[in-house]
Amino acid sequence: MKVILNQQQLHLTISRLAHQLIEHGESLADTVFLGLQPRGVKVSDQVVAELQRLCPGETIYYGKLDITFYRDDVRDALHMANQTDIPFSLEGKTVVLIDDVLYTGRTIRAALDAIQDFGRPSKVSLCVLVDRRFNRELPIQPDYCGKALDTIISQRVKVEWDREEVVLY
Amino acid sequence: MQLSTRHLLGIKDLSPNDISIILQTAGQFKEVLQRPVKKVPTLRDVTIVNLFYENSTRTRISFELAEKRLSADTINFTTGSSSVSKGETLLDTVNNILSMKVDMVVMRHSASGAPHFLAQHIPAAIVNAGDGVNEHPTQALLDAFSIAEKTGGLEGRKVVLVGDIMHSRVALSNIYLLRKMGAEVMVAGPPTLIPKYIAPALGVKVEYNLKKALQWCDVANVLRIQLERQNQVLFSSLREYNLAYGVTRRLLDSLNKEIVIMHPGPINRGVEIDSDVADGNQSIILQQVENGVAVRMAVLYLLSGGKSRAAANV
Repeated sequence: MKVILNQQQLHLTISRLAHQLIEHGESLADTVFLGLQPRGVKVSDQVVAELQRLCPGETIYYGKLDITFYRDDVRDALHMANQTDIPFSLEGKTVVLIDDVLYTGRTIRAALDAIQDFGRPSKVSLCVLVDRRFNRELPIQPDYCGKALDTIISQRVKVEWDREEVVLY
Repeated sequence: MQLSTRHLLGIKDLSPNDISIILQTAGQFKEVLQRPVKKVPTLRDVTIVNLFYENSTRTRISFELAEKRLSADTINFTTGSSSVSKGETLLDTVNNILSMKVDMVVMRHSASGAPHFLAQHIPAAIVNAGDGVNEHPTQALLDAFSIAEKTGGLEGRKVVLVGDIMHSRVALSNIYLLRKMGAEVMVAGPPTLIPKYIAPALGVKVEYNLKKALQWCDVANVLRIQLERQNQVLFSSLREYNLAYGVTRRLLDSLNKEIVIMHPGPINRGVEIDSDVADGNQSIILQQVENGVAVRMAVLYLLSGGKSRAAANV
């Protein structure tokens, strides 16, 4: 077991991601932040809270997306669905998908499918806390990355939210 | 994550955990049905046949819509326009359909136990859409979903089933389900329409006075008088039935609380329920129909994925 980000580093990383999202992004009024259920929402909750702190008074469009019904492995295993909560249209918006760990890229593939059902966004970008960059199975890369990691398949990366640490097993 | 069963033949075979999984998944599908695009690609490679040996409006449309919302391919089969009228047996019909690579069978049949028979002889997953006077599991699931949605849960809820308990598969499935989920159940109706030993056999209360029953309950599920299943006179006239057991506005106003009114449809207006009650603000009859699609999507999704589907395709 190895700690990749400790509590302080995790807070700094989330704060940096929030700053980068403002720096690169279009106006917040045209941007929608979507946390991916279930674990990405933990990251997006913190990123959005940080954004709100940096831009007080501005309305931040924030939703939660569950991709269970869009998975490409329904044939192999069923997964319990979580709540999707997107109470606005994505038509013409810039969508920022937020997840905790980017690994094979299949979750993001499913998410790209799913968001089409809420309207046609003008642009979609991806923000992840950890990028396991050598294990991709699809041509998907993050636009905002908290920490890039070189890992092998037998290893596991987990964000321990109770201890506020990112750990490599 | 997997249900404990490969088929949905009846609520009797489900565990409380299965029921919770179905109802929770139905909640997520209900959200899907409120999106701009009300369709998900989940069952893109699944073919489902709807085998209806008995008439149906709501259930058949609801299943078909659920299948289409899940992107499954569907085939509709009704006995009137098929070779069943030439004398083909149930098993032959189904085996012929399955040889064309069908993954699931949704079946309604007037013989109790027909889907159970089929389940022993064919590899595809079977969903019972009502068999004779036995069970109608998806109706009970959507009723439970609607009760939970309206009142916040099932545990400890007091539900009365009113009317023709004897001939009602909806009643039996509802009793099994509500008892498994910790609700209290009462049946109310004329003695001739309530089986004699139902109280000890199924753990329900029996009440012959409708007003007392409604006073006791939180939710009243009013069942249809099934005229087509009665070959003997069990009450003297529809008018008399309405006077003694019809749910009327006046009766509801005489209670000292507001109860939720449900009906599985089709309604005999002016017999078991009056129009102003069926269309009134205590009624959730149309919400039941709406929830039916989400509940059936959940059932089809949970039965079609994972290992069960792989096994059926061998």
